[in-house]
Formats: sequence, structure tokens, C-alpha cells
Amino acid sequence: MDASNKESALNVNASSIKISDVSQDGDMLTFAITSQNLSGSGGVCVFRTYEDFIWLQQSLFSQEDVPELQGVIFPPLPDKPLPSHSHTQAKVLKQLGFLSLGDKWQIYCKALELYLQQVAAHTLLSKNKELYNFLSSSESPGKQRSKKGIFNRLSQVMEEMRKEGHKDVDEFFQSERDKTTNLSVLFKVATEKFLEVVLTKQKLALACGHFSTSLHLCVNQENADAVAFSKICLKLSDIIETMKRNFEKVSDNDMSTLGLGLELESRYQEAKREMLFRRTCRLVELDNANKNVDRAKPNKKAHMEEVQKATQKEFNLISSVAKQEIVHYHRTRVQVLRDFLIDWCEKQLSTAQESSTLFSQYLEACKGLAV
Amino acid sequence: MTAWEPPDSRRRSLHGYHCQAKMAEEREPPPLGDVGQADFVEVEDGEDLFVSTVTTIEQLSPTTPEPSCLPAEDISTNSNGPKQEILLDDDQEDLFAEATEEVSLDSPEREPILSDGPSPAITPVTPTVIITPRAEASMFDRSLDEDEDTEENGDTFDMQITVSDPEKVGDGMNAYMAYKVTTKTSLNLFSRNEFSVKRRFSDFLGLHSKLASKYMHIGYIVPPAPEKSIVGMTKVKVGKEDLSSAEFVEKRRSALQRYLTRTVTHPALLKDPDVIQFLENTELPRAVSTQALSGAGILRMVNKAAEAVNKMTIKMNESDAWFEEKQQQFENLDIQLRKLHASVESLVCHRKELSVNTASFAKSAAMLGNSEDHTALSRALSQLAEVEEKIDQLHQEQAYADFYLFSELLGDYVRLIAAVKGVFDQRMKTWSKWQDAQLLLQRKREAETKLQYANKPDKLQQAKDEIKEWETKVQQGERDFEQISKNIRQEVGRFEKQRVKDFKVVIIKYLESLVHTQQQLIKYWEAFLPEAKAIA
Repeated sequence: MDASNKESALNVNASSIKISDVSQDGDMLTFAITSQNLSGSGGVCVFRTYEDFIWLQQSLFSQEDVPELQGVIFPPLPDKPLPSHSHTQAKVLKQLGFLSLGDKWQIYCKALELYLQQVAAHTLLSKNKELYNFLSSSESPGKQRSKKGIFNRLSQVMEEMRKEGHKDVDEFFQSERDKTTNLSVLFKVATEKFLEVVLTKQKLALACGHFSTSLHLCVNQENADAVAFSKICLKLSDIIETMKRNFEKVSDNDMSTLGLGLELESRYQEAKREMLFRRTCRLVELDNANKNVDRAKPNKKAHMEEVQKATQKEFNLISSVAKQEIVHYHRTRVQVLRDFLIDWCEKQLSTAQESSTLFSQYLEACKGLAV
Repeated sequence: MTAWEPPDSRRRSLHGYHCQAKMAEEREPPPLGDVGQADFVEVEDGEDLFVSTVTTIEQLSPTTPEPSCLPAEDISTNSNGPKQEILLDDDQEDLFAEATEEVSLDSPEREPILSDGPSPAITPVTPTVIITPRAEASMFDRSLDEDEDTEENGDTFDMQITVSDPEKVGDGMNAYMAYKVTTKTSLNLFSRNEFSVKRRFSDFLGLHSKLASKYMHIGYIVPPAPEKSIVGMTKVKVGKEDLSSAEFVEKRRSALQRYLTRTVTHPALLKDPDVIQFLENTELPRAVSTQALSGAGILRMVNKAAEAVNKMTIKMNESDAWFEEKQQQFENLDIQLRKLHASVESLVCHRKELSVNTASFAKSAAMLGNSEDHTALSRALSQLAEVEEKIDQLHQEQAYADFYLFSELLGDYVRLIAAVKGVFDQRMKTWSKWQDAQLLLQRKREAETKLQYANKPDKLQQAKDEIKEWETKVQQGERDFEQISKNIRQEVGRFEKQRVKDFKVVIIKYLESLVHTQQQLIKYWEAFLPEAKAIA
């Protein structure tokens, strides 16, 4: 690709990226992505599947010639959206959490949208020309490559455990590593627990629905007393129906704000942890290189020293990028969580006010019911 | 009518429960198929504890409840409700005078003989056990409508009964719970305006037993007494002071209060000397025949068997369509109420689950708040944890409302319907007796006619005497039948009016609880919003 394309990638207005629609064909979802230039002229709309997103993510990872990338906290891509049938529901829930809930993949789309916005807003990542193709080319991006680049290094669990504990040379990073290990678990747990709460609310809505229907069936017109009783049952049926709608609204609010926020935060914490791990791996390499220099036989020593210098240089580069990333992350995550919390609170407040009014109206009506 | 007031924010407090109940610090998770809610026969006294195990086996439900919630289905097929009110034989033999049975959600009368054990009382199935008893559950007790007039006296009905202060008396298997029964009234029937006595559970059963034997056969709907529960009481006896036995006691206390209130709402029962004695007298003779396999218990079992057979053979010529319609109506109502009851149980169950999950989330949010570096975010997260804890509290309160208002109301009415059906059955029996008398009279007349040609003057005289005797009996039979029919019409009318009233009162209280919950939520969210906005 030539230089003009490189500039075009930077021209995308990150916050204008929207997932405006999603259509489902069997098990396959297709997302409509719209975006605009920074100059405000010319919007573009493309259609992408989840596989295309994976391709994009891999492209971002696999720029071998940019060693700084290893210090980048990659915006986390949500897991594959599996439409849930009754037998797969538990699995989908476990994998996607809040992202699997809500009408028509609303929450999932929001998460994807945020992903694209974060990538496009990132100083390093937005320079990737594949991003431009992804956002504006009418053709499908390339097929998935074989997993290359940094991806591979993350898949070795045993190695990970051993290296994870490797002591750091830098206090800042050691402290960051410790905190992240702790916080990412806590966020994950909190997200799971909140999901349980929301699911229970949905169950309650269902139970209210059953109750309301049963009441509706208690109608009997045979005599004056039966009529009076029927009236009461119908009234109660309406009340329970309102309760049901209240639960549905409340859980919707939960899902689309705090639920999504917690979900995103726990994934981002994971991404940060992965970045720190990559750096730690490099640190291990550096320590090995240092040892090799000390142990090297005289004829090899010069070579080892070169390796050591190169490793050291790369490590310093990665560390400085990492530091910037962490600082930036700390700032933005607080903003993001704040926005979600405020949104959640405002929505729940409004729902509570509506319900309070409705129930009060019922109360007045019932008090006036002649018996 | 007392307005619904929010329960005290002190969690898990027991009103006047004098046992040193040690409150579990953590919430007890819903026990798996807690046996306390399964179906067992109870015996009030320690000595009969093991005697009644025979009937226990028969009463065991085929399905044990799962810890997850029951689907909202009709429970009548595999219901574990207490047994139905059994009809009393009001013959001259006083053998059965004290016989009484617990009323159940099932209709065992339709079932083969042996399944009718003596007073098998089975508590309705509640999958989860966590209803923390609170003084405030008494908020949900439906107070008498103070404007209700009695049909007889025309005075304004002014009476309030409360059952309170459950107190464990004695030790080990001989222990029992004593309840304080307080009456406040301005009626002339009573010697004082306000008085209280101590009663134990078997006293209530004894009262019911007496009332049933006196009034059911003339067609009065006698409110059924609360059910026995062997496991519940055993836990209390052995001194297991935990959440579930405390809940059991509270549930029982509330049920006893509702029972007494219903009983005195009935104009005839209110004036009954046994009722007055029950409410006023400091000492009451111990009711012993309420136990399972006592002498009276065995007679009851035999009696029930005979009843069931009789019922199958009585084919009544119903001349009055009203009765036929009403019976059908009550059959339908029975089914509907059971369905509703199952729905509400499901609701209560889920609500408790929500409370548990909310508390769990609150804890994890608090941990987040503690570990979070950013000061403002950390504070907001801690606030979030507090809000969720408060919301958990609301869930618990709402669960009490669900239970004490609806679930218990519906359960009460299912049992009341059984009593109503019992009264209809009594009418059938009365009719049958009348028919039998007519038949016998006919035979006596035939016999007399024969004797007229046999020239046996003293036998003839005897026959004539017998005819006179049976003529009287036939007349009495007819009068009885007319009387019971008349009474039933009146009772059904009263019952239906009362039903509407009861439900209306409950719905209003429930709405008040709903409004209260939302208003509390509004407060909490309004308080949290600035905290969220303060995150910089």
C-alpha cells in the first residue's frame, strides 16, 4: 500500500465508527459498520462478519517490524458470537457473559463498536493500513492467516506460569503486575456475580408473567360475589404484569450499562495483563542474554554482547511504550467506568420513578374499589 | 386497616423470641430439599413423637422439592398439602365428638381409604427456607376490618386478636412453644376490654376440634386450624436455634393469629363458649385427643374409612340447582387457587435467590472498592456495594410481602375451600340420613300392615310405637336437611363476601409494599448519582 492510504487510515474519526445494524443468517452474523473522515466529509458503510474482525485483530498483532507493539495494550476483541439455542445457552452465557444478552445482539454490537473505536483512536494501531481496508473497502478483507506473531507466545501456559513470577527490575512495573493480577480477578468475579443478579431478575420477570396469567384465568361471572372476586383478580393480574415489566426494564438497564461496563473492564484488565506478560518474557530473555555474556567463551563473547545490546534496546523501547500505555489506560478506564456508572444510575432512577408512579396509581384505584 | 409499614432495618431480628436464638452471621443458603419443609406428621407432645411414624410413611410425597424453584404448575396432583378436613359423624355415640382432622390442600376423601391417615398434617412445600422471621411480618397480618357489622347483633364489630411472644417452655422432647394471645375488644361478650392468655399449639387444635364437632354438621364453615409439622417442632424442641426454626415459629405464630381472627369473624363462633373460654381463661384443660394415634385418633381413622365408603355410595337427588352449581364453582376455585399458590411460591423462591445473589455481588463490589487505586473510583465502587446491600434488604422485605401476604393467603383459602366442601358433604350426609329414615319408616309401616293380619296385639302395639318414633325421626331429618341447606346458603354468601374483602385488604397492603420499595430505590439512586458523577 502506498503512503496515501497510510494517511487515510489516520483520517478516520474514531468516535464516528458505529455498528449501525446487524443481520443474522442461520448462525452467521453480519455487521454493518459506518464511519466518517475527520474532515466530516464522506461517510462509508461496510459489512463485516466476525471472521473479518479476527483477521483485523491478527493483522494488528502481527506487524513484526514494529517491536514497540509488544508494549501495547491491545483493545480486547469480544469472543465469537454464537447464537444460542436451548442446548447451547449455558455455554454461550459462560463464554460471552453480558454480551450474549439483550435484544438482537445490542450489547454485543456495542462492545464491537467500542473495540473499533479504541483501535482507531490508538496512536500506534491506527497506523495499520489493514484498519483502513477493514473500515472502508467494499471487498472482504483477506482470509485468516495462520497464527503468527505475538499470538503464539501467549499460548504456552506452563511457560507463562513460570515466567509470570519473574521478578521485575523496575518497581513501577512490578507494582503494576501485582495490581493487575489482583484486580483482573476481582473484576471478573464481580462481572460474573452481577450477571447472576441480572439473570435472576429475568427469572423473576418470567415468574411474574406466570402468576399474572394464572390470575387472568380466574374469571367467573356467575353471581355478584364471583364478579367482585374476578374484578380483584384482574386488578391483581395487571399489577403483577406491571411488576414483570419493571423487572424487565431494570435488568435491561443493568445489562446495557453496568453489565457491559464491568465486562469490558475485566477484558481490558486481561489485555493489560497480557501486555505485561509479554514484557516480562522479554525481561527473561534479557536476563538470559546477560547471563550468556558472563558465561560466554571468549570467542563467542562479542556475539553475545551484541545480542545483549539488541535485547536491551528492544526491552527499553517496549518498557517505555508500556509505561505510556499504562498511564493512558488508567486515565481512560476511569472515564469509561464513570460514564457507565452514571448511565446505569440515571436509567435505574428513571425506571424506579416510573414504577413508583404506576404502583401509586394502582394503590389509589384499589382503595377506591367498592367491595 | 393498618397501613403497610416497612420492616425494621435490623436484620433477622425476632420479635419477642425469648430463646437465645443465635443468628447466623452469614445467610444460610437454600438447603437442599430441606426436610423442615417436607411432609411429616407432627405430634405436639413428646411422647407421641414416635408413635405416629406409621402414618408418616404414607404421607411422604413422592417428589421431594428441588432447591431450584418449582415450576408454576398446578400442585394438586402431587401436592403435599395437609389433609382435608374430615367430616364428623354426629351420631349419638360420642366416640367421635372430639375427632378432628387437619385440613389439607389435597382431597384425600376422593382417594382410597388407607391414605386417609389420622390427622396427617403436611406443610405445603416451600423449596427454600429462608424467610427470616421479623417482628414486622406481623405487619402483614391482616387486621380485621373494623367497620364490619355482625349480622346478628348489629353492634359494630370491634375486636382485635394478636398472637405474639412465642416462648419455649420445658426441655428436650417434652418442650413446647407457648404463645401469648391478646384480645382487645369492646364487645359485651367479654368481661374485660383487653386481656391476654398463654396458649400452646395443641390448645388451638383442641378449640378447632370442638368447634368442628359442634357446628360442621349444621352447615357452618369452621375455619381450619394451622397445620402440624413434625420436623419444624422437633427442631424447636431439640433447641436448634437457627434461622429455619425461627422462621418456622414466626410462620406458625402468624398462622395462629389468622386462624383466631377468622374464627371470631364468624358471628356464631364468636359467641361460642369454647371460643370465649379459649380467649379469656387463664387455664385451659389440655386437649389430648388431637394426637395422632391416641384412642380418639384411631377412631378417627376408622371413621374416615367408613366416611369414604359412604360417600362413594351416596347418590343424592339434588333438587336445588344452587347447590350443584356452587359445588362445581368451588371445585373450579380450588384448582385455580392451587395454581395461584404454586405461582406465588415460585415468585417467593426467585425473590430469595435474587437477594442471595445481590448480597454476593455487593461483597464482590466491596472487594473491588478496596483494591482499586483510583481514589474516587474506589469510593464509588464502595458506595455501589452499599447500595446493592440496601437493595438486597429491599428484596428480602419484598419476599416477606410475597410470602406473608399472598402465599399464606392463598394457602389459607385452599384449606378454607376444603372446609366448605366438607360442609356440602355434611349436607349430603344429612340428606342421606333423612332418606334412610324414610325408608325405615316405610318398612315399619309394611311390617305393621302385616302384623294387623297376624293377631299379635302386643307386637302390633310395638310396631305402632315404632312407626310413631320413626315418623318423628323422618320429620326431624327433613328439618335438619332444610336447616343445613339454609345455613349453607348463608355461610357461602358470607364466605364469598369475606373472600373479596380479604383479597382486597391483601392487595392494598401489597401495593403499599411495592410503592415503598420503589420509593426507597429512588432514594438510593439519588444518593448514588452524585457519587458516580464525582469520579474524576
